[in-house]
Amino acid sequence: MKNPDMHKVIKKLFRKVAVITAFLFPSVSFYAQTDDEKDLLSLVEEEEAVNYATSAFKSSRIINGHSIENTPEGVLDFRISHRFGFVNSGPYDFFGLDQAFMRLGFDYGITDRLMVGMGHSNFNKVYDSFVKYKILRQSTGKRKMPVSVAWVSSINCNTLKWADPERKNFFTSRLSYSHQLLIARKFNENLTLQIMPTLVHRNIVPRPEIRNDVLAVGAGGRYKLTKRLSINAEYFYVLPGQMDSMFTNSFSVGVDIETGGHVFQLQFTNSTSMVEPGFITETVGHWEKGDIHFGFNISRVFTIKKRKSPAEW
Amino acid sequence: MSFLHNVSWFNSWLKNELQNQAQKYYKMKKTATLLALVLITASVSCAQKYFTRSGYIHFFSTTNVEDISADNNKATVVLDAGTGAVEISCLIKAFEFEKALMQEHFNENYMESDTYPKSVFKGKVENIKAVNFFRDGTYSSQVSGEIFIHGVTKTIFANVTFVVSGGKIETNTNFSVNPKDYNITIPDLVKNNISENIRITVKSTLEELKK
Repeated sequence: MKNPDMHKVIKKLFRKVAVITAFLFPSVSFYAQTDDEKDLLSLVEEEEAVNYATSAFKSSRIINGHSIENTPEGVLDFRISHRFGFVNSGPYDFFGLDQAFMRLGFDYGITDRLMVGMGHSNFNKVYDSFVKYKILRQSTGKRKMPVSVAWVSSINCNTLKWADPERKNFFTSRLSYSHQLLIARKFNENLTLQIMPTLVHRNIVPRPEIRNDVLAVGAGGRYKLTKRLSINAEYFYVLPGQMDSMFTNSFSVGVDIETGGHVFQLQFTNSTSMVEPGFITETVGHWEKGDIHFGFNISRVFTIKKRKSPAEW
Repeated sequence: MSFLHNVSWFNSWLKNELQNQAQKYYKMKKTATLLALVLITASVSCAQKYFTRSGYIHFFSTTNVEDISADNNKATVVLDAGTGAVEISCLIKAFEFEKALMQEHFNENYMESDTYPKSVFKGKVENIKAVNFFRDGTYSSQVSGEIFIHGVTKTIFANVTFVVSGGKIETNTNFSVNPKDYNITIPDLVKNNISENIRITVKSTLEELKK
């Protein structure tokens, strides 16, 4: 074989190798792509879902105030709340347990985002009702939202006998209102924090220098210790110069214990009232003096309207 | 290459070498062609895949105290009609209950769906030769494989029915699981409410997966 032949052979060889390579590799890579023994599911592009942060709190209340959670659609939540007397009242009052302030209430979820509720408290004989709407839902995935936001408005009616029946009394004097924006973020499985800018309006106040409108900012949160137990805390800071000096800010700490259909909330709080205008603007207890109520909320839910499950086909 | 003219031993060595290489190359070419053919055939059979994104999964727990059931119609099912390989995936949060509180507890306390958002099954249809996915008819078979629930992988085995009609494959299977096997702890308080034998039904209508 002469050298030119060798050139030819070499050239041929290279060309064929190139052709073969071109043939072989795409089919190899194609094969690799569709190698289903390992990953059939990866052939079907996944539709990214919106993953909403659920169960930021165990209950629709942190302690006294509303949490970001709503009662789900069609669910009735029967709530019994007790606050015993101040623990510093001593052994004669069995450290407060001889007294009891209570609120009975019903909450109902009209939709998963809209709930209403009403209740009655024996303290000041207040009837209250509220509406709460979840505006934004914290989510990851297809739609990302860093926080959940809800709006709560309440109207409260004090039905104590008129202090002075002789003077001209107006029904509207009995009313007070609260409006709150709840902004919450569930940081992880255990920790949720919430802030609540709040406006309380009282139709009547005892003295002209006391404001009818009171602005406050609340902050609260929960930390889950186990799946069914969490510690909660809540504080309402009233912006200064709006209230009589006899009133203080509301601070509460407690635990949530969940057992099936019940959530038990046990707490210590310096607030006697369990409605917003009451605990935000009329708290008289001082923690440092031992003016602390022990109390509990019991929530029992009943499914009134069953959800439609996807049709069995 | 011109300098090589003078080195005759090298010349002959190179000649030999090239001939050898050429021979090897022809052999290789044969093998390569064969391999390519096999691969192309394999890829063609790979193309015969069926899938759905709306597979239906139902589970049912019954005890003296109460019945609990939930439905999920957003499961992804992929079947390779050539090999019988089958994979199913579903989001735990997509299970819907009649009672919202049950759904919350299911996600929060039992399935921990933020930690384990998905359940996946990977397995294969046994005696695949008895099932002809390309001819209309009803076929009974078994499916076996590994199921992943709540961070635990277990081998399961179930009967399955395929109804092939008009290029679509309907599947229907059911099997039972015990929550205990999947590290799902049930507190004593509700022990009587949740069965140890939870029936799971999976149904789907698969369509051909087009590239």
